[in-house]
Amino acid sequence: MSAPRARALLQVSELSKTFGGLEAVSDVSFEVREGQIKALIGPNGAGKTTIFNLLTSVLPADAGSAQYDGHELLRLPTYRVAALGIGRTFQTSLLFDQMTVLENVMVGHHLHGHTNMITAALRIFGASAEEREYRELAMDALGNAGLADLAGRPASELPIGQRRLVEVARALASEPRLLLMDEPAAGLNMRETERMGEIIQQTREGGVTVLLVEHDMSLVMSISDEILVLDGGRRLAEGPPEQIRNDERVLAAYLGEEALD
Amino acid sequence: MTAVQVWQFFLSGLTTGGTYALIALGFSLVYNATGVINFAQGEFVMLGGMITATAIAAWGLPLWLAALIAVAITTVVGLVLDRAAIRPARHSSVVVLIIITVGASIFIRGLASIIWGPNERPLPAFSGEAPIVIFGATITAQSLWVLGATLVTALIMWAIFEYTIVGKAMRACAINPHAAQLCGIELSRMVSWSFALAAAVGAIAGIVLAPITMAQYNVGTMLGLKGFCAAILGGLGNGLGGILGGLVLGVLEALGAGLVSSQYKDAIAFIVLIIVLLIRPSGLLGREGGDP
Amino acid sequence: MNATAETQPQPVAENEALVMARRRRAQKLQILSLFALVIVLPLAVRNSYYIHVIIFIGLNLILATGLNLLMGYAGQVSLGHAAFFGIGAYASGILTATYGWNAWPAMLAALVVTCLVAWLVGRPTLRLKGHYLAMATLGVGIIVSVVLRQWVDLTGGPAGMKTTGITTFGWELRSDADVHYYYFVWGWVCVLTILFANLVESRPGRALRALHDSELAAQILGIDTAAFKVRAFVISAAYASIAGTLYAHSSMRFISPTPFGFQTSIALLVMVVLGGQGTLWGPVVGAVTITFIQEFLRPFGEWEIVVYGLILMVLMVVMPGGLARGLGMLWHWGRERVGRLRAARAGGGA
Repeated sequence: MSAPRARALLQVSELSKTFGGLEAVSDVSFEVREGQIKALIGPNGAGKTTIFNLLTSVLPADAGSAQYDGHELLRLPTYRVAALGIGRTFQTSLLFDQMTVLENVMVGHHLHGHTNMITAALRIFGASAEEREYRELAMDALGNAGLADLAGRPASELPIGQRRLVEVARALASEPRLLLMDEPAAGLNMRETERMGEIIQQTREGGVTVLLVEHDMSLVMSISDEILVLDGGRRLAEGPPEQIRNDERVLAAYLGEEALD
Repeated sequence: MTAVQVWQFFLSGLTTGGTYALIALGFSLVYNATGVINFAQGEFVMLGGMITATAIAAWGLPLWLAALIAVAITTVVGLVLDRAAIRPARHSSVVVLIIITVGASIFIRGLASIIWGPNERPLPAFSGEAPIVIFGATITAQSLWVLGATLVTALIMWAIFEYTIVGKAMRACAINPHAAQLCGIELSRMVSWSFALAAAVGAIAGIVLAPITMAQYNVGTMLGLKGFCAAILGGLGNGLGGILGGLVLGVLEALGAGLVSSQYKDAIAFIVLIIVLLIRPSGLLGREGGDP
Repeated sequence: MNATAETQPQPVAENEALVMARRRRAQKLQILSLFALVIVLPLAVRNSYYIHVIIFIGLNLILATGLNLLMGYAGQVSLGHAAFFGIGAYASGILTATYGWNAWPAMLAALVVTCLVAWLVGRPTLRLKGHYLAMATLGVGIIVSVVLRQWVDLTGGPAGMKTTGITTFGWELRSDADVHYYYFVWGWVCVLTILFANLVESRPGRALRALHDSELAAQILGIDTAAFKVRAFVISAAYASIAGTLYAHSSMRFISPTPFGFQTSIALLVMVVLGGQGTLWGPVVGAVTITFIQEFLRPFGEWEIVVYGLILMVLMVVMPGGLARGLGMLWHWGRERVGRLRAARAGGGA
């Protein structure tokens, strides 16, 4: 496991968001340390995805702050959050359906490219070289994910399991330092879930910090360094998997939901 | 510029605004039922005026009968448009539907120019030409007819939607077509109803407007676009918003034409619209978040 | 191939790369064949009327290609694109005829003016979505066409204005030799098509297609979607401006506000949709079809617009996905019918 007292990469304090009268997230504080795999769990409606949406400015937060590597995230537009080195995958795996798998991953390189509309149209100032380079990088990335033979396929044709893998490959292509993954195992079968677990661990080995929202408890318990439990938008408990597994408040919150095994 | 002049512009603007409001109402009716912007809405207005003028001048019918015939024929045209062109393409993209309704509008206008020729057709004012003076500004009796027709039509529409089964069913379809269908509401019938109502409302606008502007085969395009403008200004699909949008647009256009430049009258409506959209991206009374 | 896929994934990946490389080569070949066709066509078509029509196809193709970038790739509707065509035409027309500029700097100035207007208009309006964006662009189109009509001192108003020809280092493109102008216009078409093909297969081109599919996913990968929409808008306006300049200096040596109105904006929309949005060849198919339809209908006199309206409706009802997909579906439908007939006959025989 990573060093327990590594630097905090993301420091969230007193984050709040209400929809109408409903408190979706209220006063949540936590930190994610560099090199960690941290999981956010909780019953449906606990506010997990909302937290991701607040961190990536998809929704405006009502109050609180989120310090990432010396930057305040909450007031930045989404694309600037990405530029700071934060990647994200979605519950519904948002691929670009009209593009091929390879092109999807190539869009992942966007942040590191320099070609603009004019240099691209005229193929000047290294536009062609950049295009070739990113094509090869994307091809390699697909190869590593075992998806090379899908490169030319339209993304819309993929089954859910492969969609998730492509989305992760695309997010990693942007070379994030922090990756937010929203239910990466949803809709996957057992074998695919296991593979996703391996990929998440490899991602961490590659130096990427992971913040994970996940319902599959066996996956969460096996790969997480630390778990934050939310219930009704509030922080319920936080700690390493063994501690969370035995926490009575957590068991009570999950009663009737699903057992923690 | 005196206050009386401004008041005069305001009153005449209100008159045109009344027509815009009626046209906007037509847009909203169809939009709510189908999600389609019917660019042929302006042609309903043209048909209303042309048919009435023809029925009076050529067939010697009394005004009320001519108007009734005009509304009836236009309604049939609206129903045919729905059946022949909109329904087969219901699930197409917004752009495709825009092209279809624009095609329909070109088609109707072309036929009208063949049937009636390029000349303007006068329609006598409903109750004499004597001007009425209100606080120093004059207004024709026909203007009162326009405003009266707008008010009555709006009230009838409101009553239909509030109190009749058909109206309630149409509202249900607008809110959630799927659920409405599950409740046994036949969607396609509701769409037909909305096209029929929209065409009738358009025809009424054309009939009351014709004595002021004269009827001509090509008046539909600009009136339709202004009505669309009013519908968007008020918030697309919002009936009350459309009426408000129409009146505001008419008044601003008249003031702009009078105070700034009458040559650019047609541009003023769209300048107003763009400014409003930049401040409120879903219109004056539209829901936040814009187009569903 | 499937058997190898199970045991050795690597060769399959190489195959995949080969397939895609072949696809890119095929596209290059297609563009080259377009050039070849452009070069030899006047040798086959001697009739100056047809040359004239083909020049118009070229202009429409430039317009439709620009609009295709905005609609087909970036997924943003514009109902006022003829405005930029008009600004391009009038800006260079006025600069040459009234102020005596040479056509080349006038073209550049027109391009700058159009891009500036597009940028000013696009920055706020492209925040709007769906029908609201459609209405805003429609409004811009109408405002421009009203200005062209009413600013009589500058534009000559509805009566139009005379323009000049294009002179390059003292050599003028003569108005009585349409073939010269044909090569000039289609030379531009070829250049602009290559630029377009380069652009869509590049970082910014993919960014546009990405935001078309999902703005959220595009933003999360660091794409400033608002800025990219505006850039696509400006570039499509630039294409329209170039087409406008070429139109202004064509052999008619005359421009009036009529071709720059709502009807043209709609015709451009039809070209893009009809050819198939978001494809390199869509605008070609659309521009050829619509230009020919419009020319073909001219002798119909007063029935012209009736038939035109009818054709628009029928085409869109029958083939909402564009001509290529529409014909493909028609082909499948026909084959199915034939198959069913055969089956019925066989069933009847047995």
